[in-house]
Amino acid sequence: MRLKGAQVLLECLKREGVETIFGFPGGAVIDIYHELPGYPFQHYLVRHEQGAVHAADGYARASGRVGVVLATSGPGATNTITGIATAYMDSTPLVVFTGQVPTQLIGNDAFQEVDMVGISRPCTKHNYLVKELENLPKVIKEAFYLASSGRPGPVVVDLPKDVMNAEIEFYYPKHVRTRSYNPHTVPNSKQIKKAVEYIRQAKQPLIFGGGGVIASGAHEELTNLARQLRLPVTTSMMGLGAFPGNDPLWLGMLGMHGTYTANMAVNYSDLLISVGVRFDDRVTGKLDTFAPNAHIIHIDIDPTSIRKNVAVDVPIVSDCRLALQALLQELEEKVDPEQLSGQYQPWREKLGEWSRTHPLTYKRDSETVKPQMVVEKLDELTQGDAIITTEVGQNQMWAAQHYRFLHPRSWISSGGLGTMGYGFPAAIGAQVAFPEKLVIDVAGDGSIQMNIQELATAVCYKLPIKVIILNNTYLGMVRQWQDLFYNKNYCSTCLEYSPDFVKLAQAYGAEGYKVTRPDELDDVLRQALFSPNTAVVEVAVAREENVYPMVPAGAPLNEMLLV
Amino acid sequence: MRHTLSVWVEDEPGVLSRVAGLFSGRGFNIESLNVAPTLERGVSLMTIVTEGEGQIIEQIVKQLRKLVTVIKVVDMNHSDCVEREMVLIKVNAQDSYRAEILRIVDIFRCKVIDVSHAEMTLEATGDSGKISALLSLLQRFGIKEVARTGAVAMRRSLRQEA
Repeated sequence: MRLKGAQVLLECLKREGVETIFGFPGGAVIDIYHELPGYPFQHYLVRHEQGAVHAADGYARASGRVGVVLATSGPGATNTITGIATAYMDSTPLVVFTGQVPTQLIGNDAFQEVDMVGISRPCTKHNYLVKELENLPKVIKEAFYLASSGRPGPVVVDLPKDVMNAEIEFYYPKHVRTRSYNPHTVPNSKQIKKAVEYIRQAKQPLIFGGGGVIASGAHEELTNLARQLRLPVTTSMMGLGAFPGNDPLWLGMLGMHGTYTANMAVNYSDLLISVGVRFDDRVTGKLDTFAPNAHIIHIDIDPTSIRKNVAVDVPIVSDCRLALQALLQELEEKVDPEQLSGQYQPWREKLGEWSRTHPLTYKRDSETVKPQMVVEKLDELTQGDAIITTEVGQNQMWAAQHYRFLHPRSWISSGGLGTMGYGFPAAIGAQVAFPEKLVIDVAGDGSIQMNIQELATAVCYKLPIKVIILNNTYLGMVRQWQDLFYNKNYCSTCLEYSPDFVKLAQAYGAEGYKVTRPDELDDVLRQALFSPNTAVVEVAVAREENVYPMVPAGAPLNEMLLV
Repeated sequence: MRHTLSVWVEDEPGVLSRVAGLFSGRGFNIESLNVAPTLERGVSLMTIVTEGEGQIIEQIVKQLRKLVTVIKVVDMNHSDCVEREMVLIKVNAQDSYRAEILRIVDIFRCKVIDVSHAEMTLEATGDSGKISALLSLLQRFGIKEVARTGAVAMRRSLRQEA
């Protein structure tokens, strides 16, 4: 079968099982778009390439599949960078195809030329410039394998225009052969035995799960481990949904805006069973005082995560799921769960006491809508059965704190990079992956304006996403820092002028709602959530509400500012 | 502590920038870096001399291994190895200096590879200590140019017990 480069690309994508592409055309990829109608892909035309990458990212996080993006050269390519960096930090599998000027023009400062491989190198797992069409099938095979195996991540494939127009006899390799890249997925049995020994000795153990639990599909194993030994569980923000938020063993999220109980638990724990985490600074607070009394078991697929920030007693380089399976099996042979569970009983009582005395809370108000109340209402109305995406800042933290996540992949938020403008396009991707599910973007008035143009995409493809804008007319999280640490110098954080979000939604063809009083909230949210259309709900919330608890940056976890 | 890392990489465009970018992006030091092809087609050997505490070196090695184009990383400090560096030195060599310079050339077993009325170019090989000693001895004549290759290293063969 003799094919043109553009056809080779699309044929390869078909063989990889790709169904969905998020993209935006341009001169350098016009040949690919020319062939696109002949292939069985659903292509979503976004309004900005950043939106395409976030949408593919949301699609990948919701479904576990590889997200695929197609963008043109130059500005199209640079517009994808924020999305790629977001995916890289949160280990999302993406393959991003960018156009490139013809090979003979590369390096000549040609029209819409940019060194995409150079620019994307530090924020991709790997990247390729395909200079010969013969290499393209192998590169695509590798790109999908790299993106989805080991610690997942984004891969960029840069495609010069002349390569897309060349012709070859098509051949798609069945296997990937790389002599250098072979992720280690199976746990070392000695380390598993050592981990079990630590679990037997522990009096105050704590499970700390992260995004790796979700990426490897280890939530069931994690839940089994916790329930069998009645081990308390906390997760990083990226790990929300890895353990049911309505289980009595659940302590809430830890870290900068974690619950009092979770942070105190880390502080007093004598064994931290860390699964699929990387000990980010937002989780650890001051490093020298992190988990000062604990031995640490650290399971992660990425060897660089281990001993990067904290010293570890039992390092286990492995797929989280396989490691937890091995751990469960070893525990079954070696321990009596009843006895161990009893051994931990005083610890659980202590944690229960903390939860009772310091629950996650806020001051309620009958006149103004509290942002936390909006999230609680969403939780009540959806019963954990929605996909929640967020923007970044206070909206994100309130959503993380006050929604009870019951299922993995129901929480989609930019953790590592903290990308404002992520949530709405990510919701588009999640909704594309699950057309029947309720997808809600919890947004702020600042973040939503960073990718609001994608309302056109959502409406155009009839995606019934709900955008809940918690409007406090501030860039709230920065204002909160200014309030607490910068002498209330609210420099450039007040968004004095914002558009009328209701009219804006309507102008795009979506439904627009506004809530100003607490007693309107229930009705309006019901109306929006159960509407078959894209809907934007602007909620005027208490303007200077802060997110608590808060561990100031660089402080120990047990030094929290409380409500 | 100073570490010498041997890094086997796929010989393809951009591999150097991946390695160099890793060091600069993560704030690691490169004291010297040397790259050349190996006997195996498509594989190059980089020798990187770097400086750092144990945990930093561990991160550097792990991060290098994580690069898809890196095939193998060996920290040469973990084994008994030989390490050499070559240097070219252009030194002032007026008539009155020549005899002394040639004596140093002899002691250090270097070679004179170019000579003119006023200058000599020397070639020397050795570990970094020897090169530094040579440079410091030649300093008083006036060194005009220096080009060093950076270290290359190899593990010593196992010796049989006598």
